[in-house]
Amino acid sequence: MAYAALPTQVGPGESQTRRDFLTYATVTTGAAGTVLALWPFIHSMNPAADVLALSSSEVDLTPVVPGQAITVTWRGKPVFIRHRTPEETQAARDVDISGLPDPQKDEDRVQNPEWLILVGVCTHLGCVPLGQKQTDPHGDYNGWFCPCHGSHYDGSGRIRKGPAPFNLIVPPYTFTSKTTIKIG
Amino acid sequence: MSASVHSHRVVRWINDRLPIFTMVHHSAVEYPTPKNLNYWWNFGSLAGFILAVMVLTGIFLAMNYTAHTAYAFDSVERIMRDVNYGWLLRYLHMNGASMFFLVVYIHIFRGLYYGSYKSPREVLWWIGLLIFLTMMATAFMGYVLPWGQMSFWGATVITNLFSAVPWVGQDVVTWLWGGFSVDNPTLNRFFSLHYLLPFIILFLVIVHLWALHTVKSNNPLGIDVRGSQDTIPFHPYYTIKDLYGMGPFLLFYLFFVFFAPNFFGEPDNYIPANPMVTPPHIVPEWYFLPFYAILRAVPDKLFGVVLMFSAIFILFILPWLDRSTVRSAHFRPIYKQLFWIFLLDCFVLGWIGAKPPEGAYLIIGRVATIYYFVHFLILTPLVGIFEKPRSLPESICTPVVKAAKI
Ligand code: HEM
Ligand code: FES
Repeated sequence: MAYAALPTQVGPGESQTRRDFLTYATVTTGAAGTVLALWPFIHSMNPAADVLALSSSEVDLTPVVPGQAITVTWRGKPVFIRHRTPEETQAARDVDISGLPDPQKDEDRVQNPEWLILVGVCTHLGCVPLGQKQTDPHGDYNGWFCPCHGSHYDGSGRIRKGPAPFNLIVPPYTFTSKTTIKIG
Repeated sequence: MSASVHSHRVVRWINDRLPIFTMVHHSAVEYPTPKNLNYWWNFGSLAGFILAVMVLTGIFLAMNYTAHTAYAFDSVERIMRDVNYGWLLRYLHMNGASMFFLVVYIHIFRGLYYGSYKSPREVLWWIGLLIFLTMMATAFMGYVLPWGQMSFWGATVITNLFSAVPWVGQDVVTWLWGGFSVDNPTLNRFFSLHYLLPFIILFLVIVHLWALHTVKSNNPLGIDVRGSQDTIPFHPYYTIKDLYGMGPFLLFYLFFVFFAPNFFGEPDNYIPANPMVTPPHIVPEWYFLPFYAILRAVPDKLFGVVLMFSAIFILFILPWLDRSTVRSAHFRPIYKQLFWIFLLDCFVLGWIGAKPPEGAYLIIGRVATIYYFVHFLILTPLVGIFEKPRSLPESICTPVVKAAKI
């Protein structure tokens, strides 16, 4: 009786089912293992610990007078810091946001209305928009203009016209004192 | 036949253990090739030749190149000024890339004109397209290596295309960069891949030729080979023809290398990369311009990216979009016109890709983009159904034999 369980002595269908099970189990285990083994390779291409460690920058704001803008580096990218005049702030707040591509109030984009802090990278394909210097083009909305594919940003860094989908990003930052900020 | 063609004892000894001589003889000497191939059939072997030139010059450049953001630009300038014949290696490599694309574009349009993508050559066509895609990736990463302004900003714009992917886009881009912007980790991995990919291309070329030698070459008449009276052996007839064609090609290539080495380049790439300042006009290399034009024709970021990739992927299904069983445009009066219009459309796209996307350029770019897809998705299938082809000759040699009898 016991011998009846041997593969050679059972019907072909039955033995194949057991074989199949073993084959599927082996293939599945092997496939899962291979996929898992890929992860270290993929993850090695993600930012390394030293790259992550560089991810905050301190900036002293004292030399920046109202109406002036400076560009600093954070994580290898430009960050725009603009000391806005009260008129500039007012203009940014007078905009009716309901019709904007990415509606956001100016109040939600600044911690201190005088200081507009933005990642200076166009949300379209990553160029640096012009508008930091007095002599630069400022676009149709008196803010920044990206020359690569023609995106116009306003005085709050909001996208107003062109292919960029989002407003200029506000990086995480904190005022460590009245005149210094830490970005990141 | 393996023993009979190899007379030398040593050759025979090796061949009996590894039939490599048989293989070479089979595929490069006796390979039965249609009698009637014209000069458009030279561009496959030319492409292979440039691939070899690129690998050779590339390996020697790599001996003096430093893949680090702080040294890359200077190491390239050192190659240009101090390394013996460094300027020659670099200019051969730089202009070689342009020649590679030129030759492969002609090779692809040859296929479009003579219907080489049709049964039974679909897989051969696919491998060719994979080669083309790999070439694009290789050229893009190679252009980043000198770490000039165009290198940096080209890399930034192109990698940012992936941020259009819904949900995971930004993570994908961070992963590609190995950081939060294009930086040293990016340069390093691009160098690694730029070295690797040409060998993947080499592998694909071998598979391409394997497929070619299985289904055999098409020919200007686009009809099947009927028998040995339609073919001649590859060697010496086509080896000599390919070699002859290489002459004018080398004159053309080397003219640029020696007399206008920066003709295809951008002056901005002789300014070291500056992540804080984008150059006013970012233009990709000429061979990417038509695709760049398609990208910019669309006001929506994701849709633009999708459309740009579709422009290439549509070629994969071309063998099924074209319903006509006649291969060569020679016998297809309407398709022949459409072919030339389509070629013109590609030139228009290329021209628009180099212009700022505003005003009339934007309109023309959109019309040309729409036409590109209309050509493949509407005109090609319809023409295949409604066109009345001219009558085909019975075989490749019939017209010649008949003419000789008269
Ligand atoms: C590195 C790039 C390439 C190399 C080295 C290469 C090489 C060759 C060679 C030597 C031939 C035979 C000679 C000839 O017909 O000209 C050939 C045939 C062919 N290739 Fe390519 N090729 C490349 C890229 C491509 C691409 C990008 C495509 C198309 C998308 C393509 C499609 C074809 C087709 C359809 C044939 C058969 C042509 C016929 O016999 O009519 N190839 N290739
Ligand atoms: S990158 Fe700014 S508009 Fe395209």
